[in-house]
Amino acid sequence: MIQRIGQTDGFDEAALVAQAQTGGEEAFTELVNRYEANIYRLARHITQNPEDAEDVLQETFLKAYEHLGDFQGNSKFYTWIVRIAVNQALMKLRKRKTDASVSLDDPYDTGEESLVREIAVWEPNPEQTYSQEEIRAILEKAVDSLPPTFRAVFALRDIEELSTEETAAALNLSIPAVKSRLLRARLRLREKLTRYFKRKGDDFFGYM
Amino acid sequence: MVTCKDFLSELNEYLDGSVEAEARQELERHLSECPNCWVVCDTTKKTIQIYRGVDPYQIPTGVHDRLIAALHRRTRAV
Repeated sequence: MIQRIGQTDGFDEAALVAQAQTGGEEAFTELVNRYEANIYRLARHITQNPEDAEDVLQETFLKAYEHLGDFQGNSKFYTWIVRIAVNQALMKLRKRKTDASVSLDDPYDTGEESLVREIAVWEPNPEQTYSQEEIRAILEKAVDSLPPTFRAVFALRDIEELSTEETAAALNLSIPAVKSRLLRARLRLREKLTRYFKRKGDDFFGYM
Repeated sequence: MVTCKDFLSELNEYLDGSVEAEARQELERHLSECPNCWVVCDTTKKTIQIYRGVDPYQIPTGVHDRLIAALHRRTRAV
């Protein structure tokens, strides 16, 4: 299971951050241990590349360490580093995509796209009909097919379980924009996974 | 009357459990009458569950070690 923020009892984040701010290296390492898996996962989701994700992870914590004095404590430390990580990850994508015609904005977001194409009931436990490796590959391929900001919204809302407001703040998007991207991301992933997980013999199309 | 289009636009809120009781009942009535929306709702819910249950991107140990090494280099340099 994915370890999420807020699931550890007795974890006093504010005290650790305060210690780290006064030069407590051990306290900062503790924060790194606490959040590195989340930040790495988020960076992988957005960049879709292990080397870029590792760079983003390092840059995020180095930046956080450097600017620890600027952290005011009016947001959670975790949301603060998420914002740094998202910026680093999007910057990586911009650098990688030297073709100026590739934009991080979503040309797809016209509101006219058909959100649902295939309707098919899934096998009762589809994840058991594939190996762990196969499942991981299927999930990865599906996320990879989404535009970057859709991936970011999905990763923050559904994987890291941030609120709509926190996601909007981290991505510098309006709340309606987060909601619309989340719906599109979820439905597109559903569509991709349906190809693998639908009950054999079922095949009917046409909706709305 | 909730249409399929209405249902779809409320799907996020419905799945996240952030719909008022009355609206929820309306959506559930539609679900009980519309097999297509039922399938879309069910498979979207399962999509989210499957991503939460299987973490495709676990942090490799080498990545952790290199991060700690990079931080040490930085803290020594200050």
